[in-house]
Amino acid sequence: MRRVAVIGTGHSKFMYNSPKTSVEMLSEVAMDAIMDASLKPKDIQAIFAGNGLGDFEEGQSSVSSYVADDIGCFNVPATRYEGACASGSMAVRDAYMWVASGFYDIVLVGGVERATAIGVPLATRAFCTFADSRYEFPAGFNYPASFGMLTYLYSTTYGVPLERLKELMAGVSVQSHEYGLQNPNAQIHQALTKEDVLKSPMISSPIQLHDCCPFTDGSAAIVLASEEIAKKLVKKPVYIAGVGQSSSGKISSQSKHYPRIRARELSVQQAYKMAGLTPQDIDVCELHDCFSIAAIIASEGLGFFEYGTAGEAWERGDTRLGGKIPINLSGGLKSKGHPIGATGVAQVCELTQQLTGNLVDLGRQVEGAKYGLTDTMGADGIVVNIILSAE
Amino acid sequence: MEYKLPFEVYNKNLKKGKLLGLKCNDCGTVTCPPTMACSECAGTNHEIHELSGMGKIVTFSVSYVGAEGRQNEHPLTIVLVKLDEGPWIMGNLIDLDPQKVTMEIIGKRVKAGSKMFPGDKYSAAAARPLFSFI
Ligand SMILES: [Zn+2]
Repeated sequence: MRRVAVIGTGHSKFMYNSPKTSVEMLSEVAMDAIMDASLKPKDIQAIFAGNGLGDFEEGQSSVSSYVADDIGCFNVPATRYEGACASGSMAVRDAYMWVASGFYDIVLVGGVERATAIGVPLATRAFCTFADSRYEFPAGFNYPASFGMLTYLYSTTYGVPLERLKELMAGVSVQSHEYGLQNPNAQIHQALTKEDVLKSPMISSPIQLHDCCPFTDGSAAIVLASEEIAKKLVKKPVYIAGVGQSSSGKISSQSKHYPRIRARELSVQQAYKMAGLTPQDIDVCELHDCFSIAAIIASEGLGFFEYGTAGEAWERGDTRLGGKIPINLSGGLKSKGHPIGATGVAQVCELTQQLTGNLVDLGRQVEGAKYGLTDTMGADGIVVNIILSAE
Repeated sequence: MEYKLPFEVYNKNLKKGKLLGLKCNDCGTVTCPPTMACSECAGTNHEIHELSGMGKIVTFSVSYVGAEGRQNEHPLTIVLVKLDEGPWIMGNLIDLDPQKVTMEIIGKRVKAGSKMFPGDKYSAAAARPLFSFI
C-alpha cells in the first residue's frame, strides 16, 4: 500500500431549495476540485460518489455516471455509494483503497444530496428506508425517535438526570450555530441560545427541533492522488493516514452495547491503528452530530472523553477552538448542514483546509493542526472514520 | 441456505399475537426478531421458539412527526422492550396517552400483542408488537 493525498477540494454552499439538480451540484464542485489540483478532467481515472436518495429526490439514480459525462471525464468507471448518511465517506474510503493499492493514480471522490425539494414528510419517509423495513419501521420508527430512545438510555445508563442532559445537549447545538456563523458555506446562519433550543418544538421526545440537523441540499468533492503525483502538483499535500468502516444491524440487535455504538468503536480503532495514532494525537475533529445527543455519544466512542461525560466537555469549552479537542468548527451537521451523500466528503474538505492552514481568515483555524479525524454514521450504525495528516 | 424463520412466517404469527424467535442449540441464545445466524455465536443450528411476549421497557420516544403517509398515527409511543428471554424488540405502547408518557415507564413490565402497519407505497404490510402494561 502506498500513501495517498488529498490534492484538491470543492465545496458548495449548503442550502434549502437548491435551484440546481444533483448532477449539476456535484459537477460544479467536481470541476472546482479538479482545477484546485491543477488538473484537467482527462486526468481523472475513476469517480466515486456518495448519493443517498437521488431516486426519491429527483427520480435520478446513477448520478456518478452523468457527472462523469457532464464534466468531460468521458467513460471513466463511475460508481455510486449508498450508505445512508455515511455514503460520502464510504466513497472516500473506497477511493483511497484503489489509489493506495496502485490500481489508480488520480481519482475524483464526491457526494451530493438534494433532500429539501421533496418536503419534510417525504424526506422523513425516504430517510426511514435506511431503517429495517421488516422489523422496525412498522412500529413508526424514524431517526429523531431513534436518537430520542438513545437519549433516555444515555440518561439511565450513566445516571445523568434528563433535565441536566437536555441542558448539555442544548450546549452542543449552541456551539455548532456559533461556529456556523463563521462558515460562508453553512446552511444556517443563526445564533442560538440554550433557551431557544429548549423552547423549540418537540419532534420525538426528548429530541426538540434544535437538537436536530436540517435536511440539506449540497455537494462536495475531492481529488485523491498517489504521493508521487501529489508532491509534483501541490505544495502541501494532506495525506490520508488511516481509514475505518463498520456496519450494524437494526436498533434492537444492538442491545448489548447501546447507548454506545459498537460500529463506531470498531471503525475508529481500525483508523487509529492504521495511522499509528491515539485519540490524544488528534488536533481537530468533524463528527456526526445529526442530533445533539449523537455528537455527545460520538465524541465518547472516538475516545476523546469518558463515557457519560462528553456533554460537560462541551460545557467546559473543551470542544471549542483552543480547547482540548476542537469539534465541528465548520458548524457541524447542525448548522453547516447535512446533505447525506456529501457529508463525509465535506468533512474531508474542511479538515484538509484545517491541515493546510487555510482557515485563518475565517476565524476558525486550529493553529498548527497536524492530525484531523472525520466521523460519519449512517442508518442504524454504518460508521466510517478517516484520519488526515498534514505530513 | 434458507432462513429457518423467514419474515413471512414471523409476520403471520405476530399478526395472530404469537411472537416467534429462534433458540440456538449451541449457545442457548434466543434471537428475536429472527435473523439467519444466531445473534450471539453466528451459528445456524437453531430452532423456532415461541416467546412469552413479556418483558420490560428499556427506553422509548414519543414521536410527534411522522413520515409521509403515517402522520395520523402520531403522537405515538415507540418503545424498546427487553423480553424475558433476552432479546430487545421495538414496538408501540398502548394503555397510556402518549402526551402523558414520562421516563417513569422505563423498567415497567409489559406484554406484547400486535397491530398491523398496513404498508405504504414503499414497504409491505407488517405486524408490530403492541405492548400493554401487565
Ligand atoms: Zn448461538
